[in-house]
Amino acid sequence: MAVTRTERKSIHTGDDVVRVRQAVRTFAVEAGLGLVDQTKIVTAASELARNTLDYGGGGEVRIELLQEGRRRGVRLTFEDEGPGIPDIGLALTDHYTTGGGLGLGLSGAKRLSNEFHLESTVGIGTRVVIARWK
Amino acid sequence: MAMDGTEVLIKTVTREEAAILDAWVALLKAGGALQTGRIREAELQTQAKSVLGQLGQALASGGTDTTTDAYASLRESLADISRSRAIQGFTPTDTISFLFSLKEPIFDALSRASGTDAAQVAAGIWSASKVLDQLGLHTMEVFQQSREEVIGRQSEEIAELSTPVVRLWDGILALPLIGTLDSARTGVVMENLLQAIVDEEAEIAIIDITGVPTVDTLVAQHLLKAIAAARLMGADCIVSGIRPQIAQTMVHLGVELNVISKSTLADAFALALRRTGRSVVRKAPSAPDESRR
Repeated sequence: MAVTRTERKSIHTGDDVVRVRQAVRTFAVEAGLGLVDQTKIVTAASELARNTLDYGGGGEVRIELLQEGRRRGVRLTFEDEGPGIPDIGLALTDHYTTGGGLGLGLSGAKRLSNEFHLESTVGIGTRVVIARWK
Repeated sequence: MAMDGTEVLIKTVTREEAAILDAWVALLKAGGALQTGRIREAELQTQAKSVLGQLGQALASGGTDTTTDAYASLRESLADISRSRAIQGFTPTDTISFLFSLKEPIFDALSRASGTDAAQVAAGIWSASKVLDQLGLHTMEVFQQSREEVIGRQSEEIAELSTPVVRLWDGILALPLIGTLDSARTGVVMENLLQAIVDEEAEIAIIDITGVPTVDTLVAQHLLKAIAAARLMGADCIVSGIRPQIAQTMVHLGVELNVISKSTLADAFALALRRTGRSVVRKAPSAPDESRR
């Protein structure tokens, strides 16, 4: 599997979330994703970027265009150095929220992606990797 | 007799004003100042003449310290020029080039005036550089400020433009949402909607999200809150304009909008009319199409 293009975006304000969405949409179009898949990965990116901002205290996303044989895709890696998630199972439960949201962002992002990987250490930070393939 | 840089500069600028002006305007023209067509030659000439004249006066009464009162009128004219260029859409380079291209004619004039006295030429050039650089920074600051004012005004206009509440019929309102729904904008939207419900005694409010590119959980939550608040005020909401890809995404996200939704604003309006006991009837067959005859 080869990474053909990489872009990094910092996430520190609400406007950055909009910029992340726009960048992810550009990558999704480049990867040849259909309209539905584009919308899915953009929405998942929006959820995770806002989590990075609201719960992680800001961080960064790495957007990558992937090529594996004839298959292309987009991978997003969100990283923050926030408080971390003590109970990942609970955080992935629908309607569970600590911030007054709908509690569907993390679990929804998982359902919207083909690959989902979450690692978090309390006091050190959180990293979420998602990918969507054509 | 050796003169210090400031004296040389003052003497040169006052004595050779006309020559410096000619060389400066020629340089500005050669640099393409008129090419974009945003400024006329006469205007450029007038600006250059007044700036150089004021520079001469300011140097004579205030020396090289551009923060003194002697420079007030020059600073003001440069600010005006800078501001007008920022609004006309000049680049920062175009704007600052206007002032910095004055360096060459002044340096030339200084060399001519001082002849072989290299120390005097150097001192004069140093003074001229100092003055022009300070004025250049001032010009840039004003330019930047004016741009920021333009941007600030535009974003206010956009916020206002993009959240209108439209009265479609007696008791039927439409709220076409366009763009990104952040918390600040949703606040404005909700306030406008609830006020319009009171003002128009509306029974039904149609929220159209055709122009919202991404519906994530935050947008959904904002929508749900607006709908709940409208309900408390006695108005029912219909959501319209959910595109197929948005619908699929919302289902995957697990968001449920417990509200009646229609795919287009027209469908939602038709439903609203039915709900309020009205119907749209075609009275005569439609006019024949000219092109098919």
